[in-house]
Amino acid sequence: MNEKMKYAFLGAMIFALSACASTPKDMSAANTDQQIIPPVVTRPAPITPVVRAPVRELSAVPLGPLPGTVDDFKYTSGEDRIYFAYNQYDLVPVARDVLRRQAQWLNMYPSAILIVGGNADERGTREYNLALGARRADAVKAFLVSQGVAPGRITTVSYGKERPIDGGSNEAAWALNRNAHSSVLIGGNS
Amino acid sequence: MQHMMKSKRINGFIATVTAVLAAFFFSLTASAQLEIDITKGNAEPTLIAIPDFLSAHTETDRIAKDMARVISDDLERSGLFDALNHDLFIEKQTDINYQPRFADWRLIKARALVSGRIVRESANRLKVEFRLWDIYGGTQLDGIRFATTPDNWRRIAHKVSDAIYKRLTGEAGYFDSRIVYVAESGPKTNRRKQLAIMDQDGANSQTLLAGADLVLTPRFAPSAQQITYLSWETGTSQVYLLDIETGRRELLGNFPNMTLAPRFSPDGQSLIFSMIKRGNSDVYVMDLRARSTRRLTTNSAIDVSPSFSPDGKKIVFNSDRGGTPQLYTMNADGSNVKRISFGEGRYTAPNWSPRGDLIAFTNSHHGRFHIGVINAQTGRAERMLTDSYLDEGPTWSPNGRVILFTRGTRGIRGHSEIWSIDLTGKNLRKVATPGDASDPAWSPILP
Repeated sequence: MNEKMKYAFLGAMIFALSACASTPKDMSAANTDQQIIPPVVTRPAPITPVVRAPVRELSAVPLGPLPGTVDDFKYTSGEDRIYFAYNQYDLVPVARDVLRRQAQWLNMYPSAILIVGGNADERGTREYNLALGARRADAVKAFLVSQGVAPGRITTVSYGKERPIDGGSNEAAWALNRNAHSSVLIGGNS
Repeated sequence: MQHMMKSKRINGFIATVTAVLAAFFFSLTASAQLEIDITKGNAEPTLIAIPDFLSAHTETDRIAKDMARVISDDLERSGLFDALNHDLFIEKQTDINYQPRFADWRLIKARALVSGRIVRESANRLKVEFRLWDIYGGTQLDGIRFATTPDNWRRIAHKVSDAIYKRLTGEAGYFDSRIVYVAESGPKTNRRKQLAIMDQDGANSQTLLAGADLVLTPRFAPSAQQITYLSWETGTSQVYLLDIETGRRELLGNFPNMTLAPRFSPDGQSLIFSMIKRGNSDVYVMDLRARSTRRLTTNSAIDVSPSFSPDGKKIVFNSDRGGTPQLYTMNADGSNVKRISFGEGRYTAPNWSPRGDLIAFTNSHHGRFHIGVINAQTGRAERMLTDSYLDEGPTWSPNGRVILFTRGTRGIRGHSEIWSIDLTGKNLRKVATPGDASDPAWSPILP
């Protein structure tokens, strides 16, 4: 539904409300004068049921972040993190979808560069997890490159289990902490 | 009779220590000589009496008391000794150059007696003497005199502990040593990690590097004056060297890639580590003088956590080339790769014992973590020493009898702590640190 139609409905509604408000006029005056008013033939206003369009819907439509910004990257890609199974670094279909959108965005803004940080959950030893995080970051890089992003634009780093996003010690927290995070840098001053 | 004199200069904040094996009589003829077998895990600790050291000067009274306490604490922490309460003592020695009244000490069941004294030679020079007595054998087992500056009294106490331990167990001690570690603070999701160092008993803890960058896995050079560690200072993980006396810091090499898991070779001349290229980690070795680097593994699997055997001829490392993380050994040149772990679960973070016969590791299985040891040659005789939610990263005491490791507790408010366990699987203890701590690495015995 476009803006015009919404305004048309609103207009129709306001008209209908004002018409109602004016009907109970002074009846006595009408009775005494007895004037004959020639019938005016008007087309009855279309009685399409007035949809009570919520006013809220009309007021503000979010525009989204400014295209080409760091925020826009996450907004357009849907996610700036993809997640992995325990001790795995292969990309699941959902992750590939996210990365395809990340690649599209990166291909649209060729001056942006990307840092991919690989992360692991706490149930591994420190050095092994650093190596595992590196594998995850590299899996993301390889996929983005396969989608046309120049390899020179992507830096990978592993944080092993040092940067959990959830401090809990349960399946849900661990699942969140097994991820690769893509952060874009715009312009050359970073 | 033994007349030996050695003198070593120790730089930096450790003052000069001169140990003189004194010309005290040394009788080894006694029949029922006191000996402690440390291979059994010793269910019954040996009762030892360590009275306050004698002090002839008010300036040294405090040190005389504190030294006896530090020695008692060292020996008790080993799990091999129980220091008798001073209130029980019957004899009060006034001169350590006389034989003690053995009957008095037998009465309170002391097996050994340590009597010592401090002689103040000048405002900044002390002589510390001690004698170790076998109460039942009625003989002196050891007698040593040390000379030092007053501020160095703790190290002398640890040296006395080492001498007692060595005389009674037959094995080198480990008390005059330090631990470098990572001091942790803040919530798990925004953890701050800094390099710190402390004496083996937790005293004199101080920050080595107070930066904001993530740092991990510090490890000592055999000189105990230098450490290698990991820092994210450049944005990615890189191996650094730090001279703990001068504070001089150096980024190792100029690799465009992530480097990690550094350890010194036993001769201190090279450094072994992993480098990551295209997501794949392999083991490399760098000659620290020539600065030349050689790649030792070429596998497409994760190859990480290398550790040299004490003779420098072999390397144990962690690899998942067989599908799961396991332990492998190879020659120092990368040849002759052999898998040595065959138990259940995942094996990571190996560390070769300074005695050469064993390799300590981390095992995880069914959601539990264990510190274990395995025969370095055969991969057999596996023993799990600990069990918890998260134990990892074993490091050996200089004599190879005790293992320190990181223990993490569950949950959002989980802690990170340093614990110790004896090779026997007994004497599990939490090591006192000022706050949360991880990644301990034990120094060699200090020079």
